[in-house]
Amino acid sequence: MKQKYNQTLLLIAAVVIFYALVKTLIYFGVLSSYWQLVLDQSMIVTIGALGLSIIYGFTGQFSLGHAAFYGIGAYTAGAIGKTIGHGDILWFIIALIAGSLAAALVALLIGLPILRLRSDYLGIATLGFGIIVKVGMDNANKVIPVLGGATGMSGLPRVANFEIIFLFFLAAILLVRNLIYSKYGRAFTSIREDEIAADAMGIDTTRYKTMAFVLGCALAGLAGSLYAHRYPFLHPASFDFLKSFDFLLIVVLGGLGSLSGTIVTAIGWAFLLEGLRFVLGEQFIDFRGVIYALILVVTILMRPQGLFNGKELLFMKPPRLKTPVIKGEEGPHAGLGN
Amino acid sequence: MEHVMGQIINGLQLGFMYALIALGYTMVYGVVKLINFAHGDVFMVGAFVGYFGFSQWGMPVPVAVLTAMAVCAVLGVVIEKIAYRPLRYAPKIAALISALGMSLFLEYFCSLKFVFGPNYRVVQRPIEEVHWQLGGITVSNIQVMVMVTVILMLLLVQYMLFKTKTGMAMRTVSLDHDAARLMGVNVDSVISATFAIGSALAAAGGVLYAIAYPQIHPFMGIMPGLKAFTAAVLGGIGIVPGAVLGALIMGQVETLTAAFLSSQLRDAIAFGILILVLLVRPCGILGKTETEKV
Repeated sequence: MKQKYNQTLLLIAAVVIFYALVKTLIYFGVLSSYWQLVLDQSMIVTIGALGLSIIYGFTGQFSLGHAAFYGIGAYTAGAIGKTIGHGDILWFIIALIAGSLAAALVALLIGLPILRLRSDYLGIATLGFGIIVKVGMDNANKVIPVLGGATGMSGLPRVANFEIIFLFFLAAILLVRNLIYSKYGRAFTSIREDEIAADAMGIDTTRYKTMAFVLGCALAGLAGSLYAHRYPFLHPASFDFLKSFDFLLIVVLGGLGSLSGTIVTAIGWAFLLEGLRFVLGEQFIDFRGVIYALILVVTILMRPQGLFNGKELLFMKPPRLKTPVIKGEEGPHAGLGN
Repeated sequence: MEHVMGQIINGLQLGFMYALIALGYTMVYGVVKLINFAHGDVFMVGAFVGYFGFSQWGMPVPVAVLTAMAVCAVLGVVIEKIAYRPLRYAPKIAALISALGMSLFLEYFCSLKFVFGPNYRVVQRPIEEVHWQLGGITVSNIQVMVMVTVILMLLLVQYMLFKTKTGMAMRTVSLDHDAARLMGVNVDSVISATFAIGSALAAAGGVLYAIAYPQIHPFMGIMPGLKAFTAAVLGGIGIVPGAVLGALIMGQVETLTAAFLSSQLRDAIAFGILILVLLVRPCGILGKTETEKV
């Protein structure tokens, strides 16, 4: 029990220190409004990436359509915020719930049939679904004019600020951590390691796979809803399959089956993308994409099992429970072709 | 009716084009079980090299095609050596991320000013387009050229796979890496050969694409690459006739949707069909369902 107490304290201390640090930096003008935007974006991306971490990192379902759910959340919440909300805080909360629920509902409808597919085939089916959603967004204005279609949707109220996003960021981390170390989480990881064995042990694999998928997509929807209320402009290109690859990169580079890995990589990734702009300067800005790609390749060549290799930072470990991740030499077995 | 026939011919042209790219995907997948996301970008490099060949360096079209194929064969082998070989025994997903990284690298590197530049280039057709009337159907010489080239290459690939030693080695490696090595097959060189052939096919596809749809740019590989890959999955990935069948279906679906429904919906319908097919046949149209090992 003593350990649990210390851990909670550590967590609270970390949160308070981080919050104080950010506020101080803003106060002294070190953190310009541009970097605040990047910080908020990094936390939003983290929430979405945590969703994919549940789906792929912990349950082993190769999904390449994560950005579609991010987009569904963003568009749902954005439409509510723009038409009824107008910056009202109550409507903002309703929009967040609606965005997450919409993503979850679509995930349930699409997940029930396609989650029967395995590895690469599931990846391609979800990728195809992502492209279908993108086409839907491009043409959405023909059915609902407010959604803007291919030209994008503007005039959204900017309700979400650093505090709100930070709050949801923490809540998402806590939620996912507690889920992963619960009975459900153990069912998820058992499906990742060996679906047939899990089934033989009496785990209702269909139910748990769908549950992981729906929950993960709901988190993507929540991230999208926050995004819609942080940036005044939504465009279908922000939610296409290339964006899905971003989430995949984060989860894999962080290390499958590691929440700390997902969180650290998501934040690092957002700052890397923007940081490169400053490091390179005006003259070499064209090289940004090249260097980004090189960093990607070199990182994965050096750490094929991900930066964290299924390990967790101290405070991400649950109180009293051992981590369910198998600490073998190979790391978790989730992946293609298994 | 003539309009429909004309569209079907257009669909065939597009389908054959996809088939060339899909062949490379499916061969590589068959041998190393890796989705080579950089394949679409090899196709782009092929298109550019071919374009420079016939418009800048004054090569005749067949020479330009061969040059592009040679350059891309080397490129494919180099990519495999640098980015995929070190990860051969790592988790599959690591190689996939590395492939994505290579794809991004090729795209951004090629759009640098001193390489190909970021802009769209309009390709001056090296051959005059001629339309022929065949029993009420209009066929252009470019369409005929595309189809003939593609069929020729398909036959070559089939011949190579089933009548040559390299082909036999490829089929062996595809079945079982370790057993192939035990039987004295040099797995590394077989994989290199697969990448070389697959990339050369993509390059040929790229040059034909540049001639048939005369506009090229560094990011042109993404969509055709994705479509071709989808075609390979649709037909059953790892199976050569499956790739061609899938590609022809994709070509028809896309062209007919664009012609008779709406050009904006064509991607949605093409991928919708993919999902439906996968639900009925989870391993593609010609794919065999493997029994689950416990």
